Amino acid sequence: MASQEILRGEPSRGSFINDPRIRSLFFQTLVVILLFSSIWWIVHNVIENLQRLHIASGFGFLKSRAGFDISDTPIAYTSDSTYFRALVVGLLNTIIIAVAGIVLATIVGFLIGIGRLSQNWLIRKICTVYVEIFRNIPPLLVIFFWYSGVLAVLPPPRESIHLPLGSFLNQRGFYLPRAVWADGSWLIGVALLLAIAMAWFVAHRARQRQRATGQQFPVFWTSVALIIGLPVLAFLLSGMPLTFDFPKQSTFNLTGGFWIKPEFLSLLLALSFYTAAFIAEIVRAGIRGVSKGQTEAAAALGLRSGPILRLVVIPQAMRIVIPPLTSQYLNLTKNSSLAIAIGYPDLTATAGTVLNQTGQAVEGVFIMMIAYLVLSLVTSFVMNIVNARMALVER
Amino acid sequence: MKHIAIGILGAAALGFMASAASAGTLDTVKQKGFLQCGVSTGLAGFSAPDDKGDWKGIDADFCRAVAAAVFGDASKVKFTPLSAKERFTALQSGEIDILSRNTTWTSNRDSALGLDFVGVTYYDGQGFMINAKKLPGVNSALQLSGAAVCVQSGTTTELNLADYFKKNKMEYNPVVFEKLEEVNAAYDAGRCDAYTTDQSGLYGIRLTLSSPADHVVLPEIISKEPLGPAVRQGDDQWAHIARWTYFALLNAEEAGITQANVDEMKTSTDPNIQRLLGTEPDGKYGADLGLSNDWVVNIVKAVGNYGEMFERNVGSGSPLKIARGINALWTKGGLQYGPPVR
Repeated sequence: MASQEILRGEPSRGSFINDPRIRSLFFQTLVVILLFSSIWWIVHNVIENLQRLHIASGFGFLKSRAGFDISDTPIAYTSDSTYFRALVVGLLNTIIIAVAGIVLATIVGFLIGIGRLSQNWLIRKICTVYVEIFRNIPPLLVIFFWYSGVLAVLPPPRESIHLPLGSFLNQRGFYLPRAVWADGSWLIGVALLLAIAMAWFVAHRARQRQRATGQQFPVFWTSVALIIGLPVLAFLLSGMPLTFDFPKQSTFNLTGGFWIKPEFLSLLLALSFYTAAFIAEIVRAGIRGVSKGQTEAAAALGLRSGPILRLVVIPQAMRIVIPPLTSQYLNLTKNSSLAIAIGYPDLTATAGTVLNQTGQAVEGVFIMMIAYLVLSLVTSFVMNIVNARMALVER
Repeated sequence: MKHIAIGILGAAALGFMASAASAGTLDTVKQKGFLQCGVSTGLAGFSAPDDKGDWKGIDADFCRAVAAAVFGDASKVKFTPLSAKERFTALQSGEIDILSRNTTWTSNRDSALGLDFVGVTYYDGQGFMINAKKLPGVNSALQLSGAAVCVQSGTTTELNLADYFKKNKMEYNPVVFEKLEEVNAAYDAGRCDAYTTDQSGLYGIRLTLSSPADHVVLPEIISKEPLGPAVRQGDDQWAHIARWTYFALLNAEEAGITQANVDEMKTSTDPNIQRLLGTEPDGKYGADLGLSNDWVVNIVKAVGNYGEMFERNVGSGSPLKIARGINALWTKGGLQYGPPVR
């Protein structure tokens, strides 16, 4: 290092060609110019070629009537809606599958990851087998496995499997009773929010008290009692404003109730089980990455194995886990575009249909790329905040 | 995923394509020595590979006819199987020279997509197929309210389906797949109650199901589906070659020229036949199109006339057994009408 400093301090005065700063400035400028001119050239060429080939261009088509129907519509959508709304429906479906998949993958991944470090031989081996199977199969195959499995195994709608609580399972999906809230049910929502706020407050006070006096307070059970108890109380007080809409047999399918389609179900299971295998490995690496001395020191302080894991090991492991976990979340979101293979109307599928019905390939692909980019950036942003909060605060 | 790849490639191709110099498609095709033809991924009677891997069907034969007209050799064709979504981008980007893939001619496709339809090689209409064994008592599409309907995405079929149920104030839930094989598999597995596509397609698909006899095609036809080949817009010469290949097939049938008798017909003294077969002294109808004068002889020798092509692929000579119906020549009460070669 020192010798370089000396060299830099005495540049050869003769020519700039040998001046490293000027040189690097020159090359950086050159790269920027080349980059921008090639982008300009491509854009210019695209526009010119579109005109030459008589292909309509621009984003005006977004305001036209879509004319096709979509099977899963989280927001109101009919064939009379615009292409733009169709794309929004697709984007929402992607977000739904991504969020549900991330939650499920994280839960399964953590359980499997911790399971791989278990003292129990059987649990350890089962988790290892799980990881090795799901990690080594392409996600598309896993999706087909679940989808074909669902369609092959389950009976047709007229011979639906009856499950407890008025739910049904058949080839067309999973039917659950849907809660219908009557007037006055807002009270329950308010009670729930209140309970969460109170639980947070109790936790806060309990921490303060423990710091000050060392006395502990059963925060967990109090919170559970609050969060369950208050809404139930509100439910009873407001005169039980809840009825259930049960799925019923009609000519073709079951109608009514809450319906989870097999496309969504198999995509969710496939994506989350696939990603969970990677998350499990990340979690295992994170826990292994915490030095053994930490566990031993905690044990020496008299903590039992549960609190050691919860209070000492996991918080430190999270620092190692979160950055690669973000990558897995991004992968899951992007892999959700495989939905097209089984007909779940995610962004790729609907944008592809829009692209085909309008013939505007350049715009269609551009919209898709921007949408996935924004989704990924938002995920990264959120995870970066989490990461910053988890970072080791040195005292 | 492939359609995205093609979409991106198409977009990239549009970006990198030299903007000024673009030779005519005829010259490009002659130079590379074969015709690149976009077909379906496998629709019996229209374009589907047989057990030896040869593409069979009306759409595949139409490409052979164009190759015969251009090269005098019907084997100079390479087929590119395309899903409904991929087809237009593949043609726009120059990946294929002609799209002959049971594609419905619509105003939007003809104008805003940079395509030029050359004719209607098959007049079709959209219908529904159901499993009569599982749904006894359903004998009209109007009874399908509440049904799950399998359909291929990115087709006019998907749009007609939405229109039909809306017009008749019925509910349905669409089960949409990108690839024909995926739709077939889902319908066969019982994911949907009904399958909708062009009626000719339904008859073809029924043959591939696990128990064809259980399925019936409902009588309603809910749309007009004029299916025909398309070329890139802006290359008039190439569009003329494709269009007149189609007319030549019709005119050959009308004049009674068949694959078997085409050589005898060359000695005919009927001026109409002489003009068609390029035997008229000083006639240069083929040369005007940029082809050889015996172009029609080459076409008919390769694939026969339109009627022969029809019967062999979808008519009495095929498992589909579809009647000529409106696809008969105008002289026999149908809609197929070829303007004269003169």
